[in-house]
Amino acid sequence: MQFFLDAFRWLLDPANYVAGAQSPLPIQARIGEHLFYSVVSVVIAAIIALPLGFYIGHTGRGRQFVIGFTGGMRALPTLGLLMALFVIVGATVPFTQAAFVASIIALVILAIPSTLAGAYAGIESVDSQTVDAGRASGMTELQVLSQIEIPLSLPLIIGGIRASALQVIATAVIASYISLGGLGSIIASGIGLNDNNRILGGAMLVTVLALVVDGIFALAQRLTRRRGFSDTRQQKTHVRGRSLGPVTVAGTTADEGKK
Amino acid sequence: MSWFIENVDLIWGLTANHVALSIVPIVLGFAIAMPLGWIANRRLALRSIVITGGSLLYTIPSLPLFVILPYVLGTKITDDRNIVVALTLYAIAMMVRTAADALAAVPADAIEAATAMGYSTWTRFWLVEFPLAGPVLLAGLRVVSASTIALVSVGAIIGSANLGYLYTNGKQRDFLEEIVIGIVASLVIALVFDVVLVLLGRVLMPWTRRRGRTRFRSILPVEGVA
Repeated sequence: MQFFLDAFRWLLDPANYVAGAQSPLPIQARIGEHLFYSVVSVVIAAIIALPLGFYIGHTGRGRQFVIGFTGGMRALPTLGLLMALFVIVGATVPFTQAAFVASIIALVILAIPSTLAGAYAGIESVDSQTVDAGRASGMTELQVLSQIEIPLSLPLIIGGIRASALQVIATAVIASYISLGGLGSIIASGIGLNDNNRILGGAMLVTVLALVVDGIFALAQRLTRRRGFSDTRQQKTHVRGRSLGPVTVAGTTADEGKK
Repeated sequence: MSWFIENVDLIWGLTANHVALSIVPIVLGFAIAMPLGWIANRRLALRSIVITGGSLLYTIPSLPLFVILPYVLGTKITDDRNIVVALTLYAIAMMVRTAADALAAVPADAIEAATAMGYSTWTRFWLVEFPLAGPVLLAGLRVVSASTIALVSVGAIIGSANLGYLYTNGKQRDFLEEIVIGIVASLVIALVFDVVLVLLGRVLMPWTRRRGRTRFRSILPVEGVA
């Protein structure tokens, strides 16, 4: 317990927050770096994966591909991917940028499966009667997608992004091994210096960051949930009390898998 | 290729350790998550505690958990037990929700029929609920297996001798072949585990085979057996 108390004291020590300090680098700068890497990667992954997921969910084409792809990516070791990309990128990009470029590529690759699965599962979970009603009232396919399917499936779409954001935050910690900044570098320097406060303090910071980000996404999911929609669907598929409705089953493809 | 041939012993040793480090969390995680999932279905309050606890645990990034555990367990930071405990916690976190959902999806009719025939809660669980929840549990276990095997390698950063060593060593030597061999070996282990799990499922749940390849949703025991 003493270790944790000391680490807390370290976290609260104003000396670790002096702006512009070189050693130790201010903690808030590390948090900023970590968030910057994470946001960049999640946004790039979303730009790639969301349209693809919408297309697959809307047309139903390539469903097997998504299931196989997300399942297969789960088995890919993140550390191996990072190191391989670092060596490959390092051969062409100057050393100072290699860590950043390799890390972002790796983080984007790791963020794509969950985002894709969330988008696809979300669109597919929309009641086909609702979709047909939209078509019957003269909507084009694009209108059906943007005005019916996406709004109704926002909680699941955000759920996919939530899973990939957590994945990215966790993997960005590991990227400190290829000298990327962020909170992982606090842990790495702690291991190097054999400094318990840095190891534990850094680990606690990452954990809190992950929990806070997770909470924000959970809130966003709650706010985007349409009351009438999810209620009726849940009831229709009830087997006994709390059953595995199609929505929950589909949702697990995005949520599960840990890196 | 020459590096591979010269280092077969090293790779084999790392692979064996990697497998050992993966099996324990997968088995333990399943064994602990099952009763937790069952309890979660008995009381609504317990359900929210178990499910929320699981998802919070699951949110903790792996490397931080690996380095926090030594302080909690009193182990050395390089001790493999830290990795086994951390991965077991993740396996429980992943599996407990699947277990709760799978057991909740067992048709009420089947449970009532078993109760009417005089089954005790214990017998009913093993003869009715567990088998009917089997296909969903298997799907969850396959997810746990794949991600546990992938996660073990992160332990190499804190000195564990598994396939992750090939990644960190290959990075230090700027040697791509070593890293790629490590990745392939890890993927092969995951594939073998997956095949074993699927075959186990076929042997233990022969009724799922008769229906041929079913779509994702129809693996629900509700439709499979009723």
